[in-house]
Amino acid sequence: MLDGKVSLITGGSRGIGRAIVERFAEEGATIYVNSRKPNSLDEYCAELAESHETEVIPLYYDVTDIQGMKNAFMRISKERSRLDILVNNAGIMKDAILGMIRHEDIEEIFRTNVFAVIEHIQYAARLMKRYKSGCIVNISSIIGTMGNPGQVAYSASKGAVISLTKSAAKELASDGIRVNAIAPGMVDTDMYRSVGDALRDEHLRTIKLGRLGEARDISDAIVFLSSGMAGYITGQILTVDGCTII
Amino acid sequence: MQHDEAYVNAFRSVLKIQDSDKIKAMKYRDDNWDSVAHMVLMSEIENTFGVMLDIEDVVDFSSFEKGKEILRKYNVEL
Repeated sequence: MLDGKVSLITGGSRGIGRAIVERFAEEGATIYVNSRKPNSLDEYCAELAESHETEVIPLYYDVTDIQGMKNAFMRISKERSRLDILVNNAGIMKDAILGMIRHEDIEEIFRTNVFAVIEHIQYAARLMKRYKSGCIVNISSIIGTMGNPGQVAYSASKGAVISLTKSAAKELASDGIRVNAIAPGMVDTDMYRSVGDALRDEHLRTIKLGRLGEARDISDAIVFLSSGMAGYITGQILTVDGCTII
Repeated sequence: MQHDEAYVNAFRSVLKIQDSDKIKAMKYRDDNWDSVAHMVLMSEIENTFGVMLDIEDVVDFSSFEKGKEILRKYNVEL
């Protein structure tokens, strides 16, 4: 479904990001994978590229580092002259009850989850405009739509992703660029497992499909939104949560 | 010289204005150089000269002349 599509996936080293990279490779996309840790994905990308007969190229930079981000887009521009798909997956979560949220933590969450997303869209859109075509998928969260105790800053950042997605979609539609977001529910990743068994059981009771989400559930939805099958869909927030009621 | 012509042509193709003298005197918001055309113009200039402009430079790109000054920072001699 994504054969030869030039894609940039941020935060692709683990969890949902890693699943997105693997699904995109299965679909034949040419993938630039962002990660913060230098050289951490060299071997992985080479193996993935070989097994799926496509190109998987690591790009090492912190998404909040504007110069690093700019260098990444410059490289894509020089090597491909185009960008078809951007998946803004990189994000951080820092939980604290309202009275104990530090200002520095709010700033850090917003720098990564909101500012970096907007800045990636700014640069990506300029590459996409050259061909009047492109697709951007942002990762929000059901916490951004429903809220959750102990996650005021995180939920605010993910709520911002929803509103910026809708505005960017309206602004970029005339350039043939679609912008959508996925709002995952509780997904069984390393990060999620840190909540512990008790809370996990409590969460399970809120999910009507009776299981946690898998990273693959999210990456499947992203492949769909990035493909031609979603060619008439923009400005939408697709909730992938197994019907969660929290 | 070659760059000069390419620079004028970027404006010409995006803003649909043929008169070179008029183009050289242009400032942002003149005629059909609105915010939408500005982004298309930035994309055209990036494409033409193989550069990627900082957001600050996109915002500061307020005239034909100012654009030349900005592009010099990217080693585009005009």
